[in-house]
Amino acid sequence: MPIEFEAPKPIVQTQFVLKTVAEEMMRTHSRYFDEHEHESPWDYIEFMHTAMKATGVGSLAPKEQGNGHEGDEKKEKRPPIAYQALAAQIEMLAWGDVGMYLVTPGGGLGAAAVQAAGTPEQKAKFLARFGDDKPTLAAMCMTEAGAGSDTASIRTRAVLDEKNKEWILNGEKIFVTAGDKALTEYEKLGRGFIVVWASIDPSAGRAGMRAFVVEAGTPGVKVAKLEHKMGIRVSDTAAISLVDVRVPYDHVLGSSTVEEKSTSGFKGAMATFDATRPLVAASGLGVARAALEFLKEKLTENGVQVRYGLPRQKLTSIEKDVIDMEIMLKSAWLMVIKAVWMADNKKPNALESSMSKVKAGDVGTKITQKVVEILGPLGYSREFLAEKWFRDAKITDIYEGTGQINRLVVARQILGYSGKELR
Amino acid sequence: MYSFEPTEEQQMLVEAVGKYASNDLRTAAREAEEGGELPKKLVGKGWEIGLLQASIPEAYGGFGERSAVTGVLAVEEMAFGDLAGTLAVMTPSLFATPILLAGSEEQKQAYLPKVIEGEWSPYTAALIEYAFDYDPLSLKTTASLYGEEYLLNGEKAFVPFAKDAAAILVYASVDGQTQGFIVEKGAAGLTISDEREKLMSLNALPLYRVHLDNVKVPAANRLGGASGHDFEQILAALRLATAATAVGVANAAFEYSMNYAKEREAFGVKIAQKQAIAFMLAEMRTEIEASRLLAWEAAWKLDTGKEDAFIEAYLASVGAADMAMTVTDRAVQILGGHGYIREHPVEMWMRNGRGFATFTGLAIV
Repeated sequence: MPIEFEAPKPIVQTQFVLKTVAEEMMRTHSRYFDEHEHESPWDYIEFMHTAMKATGVGSLAPKEQGNGHEGDEKKEKRPPIAYQALAAQIEMLAWGDVGMYLVTPGGGLGAAAVQAAGTPEQKAKFLARFGDDKPTLAAMCMTEAGAGSDTASIRTRAVLDEKNKEWILNGEKIFVTAGDKALTEYEKLGRGFIVVWASIDPSAGRAGMRAFVVEAGTPGVKVAKLEHKMGIRVSDTAAISLVDVRVPYDHVLGSSTVEEKSTSGFKGAMATFDATRPLVAASGLGVARAALEFLKEKLTENGVQVRYGLPRQKLTSIEKDVIDMEIMLKSAWLMVIKAVWMADNKKPNALESSMSKVKAGDVGTKITQKVVEILGPLGYSREFLAEKWFRDAKITDIYEGTGQINRLVVARQILGYSGKELR
Repeated sequence: MYSFEPTEEQQMLVEAVGKYASNDLRTAAREAEEGGELPKKLVGKGWEIGLLQASIPEAYGGFGERSAVTGVLAVEEMAFGDLAGTLAVMTPSLFATPILLAGSEEQKQAYLPKVIEGEWSPYTAALIEYAFDYDPLSLKTTASLYGEEYLLNGEKAFVPFAKDAAAILVYASVDGQTQGFIVEKGAAGLTISDEREKLMSLNALPLYRVHLDNVKVPAANRLGGASGHDFEQILAALRLATAATAVGVANAAFEYSMNYAKEREAFGVKIAQKQAIAFMLAEMRTEIEASRLLAWEAAWKLDTGKEDAFIEAYLASVGAADMAMTVTDRAVQILGGHGYIREHPVEMWMRNGRGFATFTGLAIV
């Protein structure tokens, strides 16, 4: 197919619906949940779950996964757009409220890990629940106190109990987005799971890394703490402790050859990031768009026009800023779309994925910072949401790999360097 | 649907352009810049690839259909070789493409076959004016109607190959609207400066100042005929060429500095193994991609007649101009002292880089 930028119809339709959700159910509650940290937006969660089931959107996790539709020959022939749809949905929900988006029921990052690293059987087994009656969340546990982006230094251990064919997990995980909702609050939520990254052989470094699905309610797994954050406050960020947690043998994601020393586990983690980085980028761009649109509204209200088409030297400072922000936002979004389009078409996208995240991290922070600056007291006041978007957007340049880690990934890709050659 | 894959035809074209850019333009660029001249054979070879010819329908002597997307792809690739050479090869487009886009049937029949048949010959256009607040949408050169004729008055700057041009498409203001006028060689009152423009770069490209002193142009030579034409579409195509050439030059600088960084050693390692350098390269690559995709989308919007194509082409050119300045500057920085020496091309690209804020009018897709 030739170069084309027409958003597929199903995506446009979903965006249209989600815009109403964003306006009616998210924006209206943004301030409340920002000021009541760790309260859950149950109305939103339940509404989204019902709506997604009814409209067949099903889950925010990529579509191909185990809803029994696999192998449908007719569907196969259409160009795949699952990741593109997901990026567009996330952008729109984040435009509503990125914190609330993060507690949208569905697979989240946990399901993304299963999707990227799991076998077909595992996908069917772990992902089917997102179509059940109750809303359910899943979360990804990677970071530890001593290991952020340096995932090879992870200290959580997994030991195989040969006799019972079970894995025994021990360790402490931090910064688990939606970890609390994935593991607790059963009366309102379905049984979620977390994906825990652990080492089966610490001496093997990355080669020892594996991902394990731990079901909510498994003895020994516990939310140890909830963080208090600068922004995205409605989204819980949990510390999770694992003490002698036993999981069945087939809960290790991916290969049946887990005992072999290979970096496939680590590569699984990285493949997850290739899939999720553009999605995180999309969420940051949703916030940035909200801020930029708000600024433009306020400028219009105050009789300030932006004259597109003028040469630079004729523009006012505000016009120049707005135009720069539009350039940033549009091009960053195209980078996201390209990265997810590649994912949909099974093209290796490690470079594009990380570039989109680098760009969105920059763009999200720059735009929200500039918007608050230009709006002056209106920007800084908690009467409006600009200051909240400023706080919310910052996380885009931090989670799912900081801007710096993603620069490192980009640099290694373009230079053809290994982690050893470029540390 | 979204798609980021050029058609097979486009890929073949880009490949042909790429070969020419690397094997011919790039190797000749430094000597041309220093000597102030592009070999005729070199320009002729680029012309033979047939970018313009392939954008004009058979009815007017060409063999294809114009697509801004194809233009953007090809022009970026050519500018990767050398900017001055690219602008020279593409100069006849400055005259022909606006006629194709906005000309009257008579104008198309009269000029398009003439421009594209046979060898490269200098048909050109005059848009830029020598003023700090130069704005293509509010020109100081004027065209006023007296009976059956327009009188053109003013001064145009940076006009490629004006000296030898068989005809120049001169843009002037008609009651505040930018309109094109076909001015034939030797028209009374048309003076072309003897001296070439002296710029910070593009020394290889012969650019001239053009003076218009009551130059009489038949009303039929107003682009689009007596009722004139819409300038937005032309301006968007000009801006897209700015964006595409900016991306091409930036990509040249990026690639060259990256290869240098992989060779150059300091403190026992290649400098590319230092994060300070590697991060610069990562950012350069990221920003090039950002500008490239925006240019693609704007071109696609122009081809498909989307309402916001004009604004997006503007954004694409402004963004790419900034990007090219930053990226070419980083390239010189990565080479350090060597980057400043004229043995390496990066200093030339950096001088090119500053120009994209000014160059709209020197190329069209």
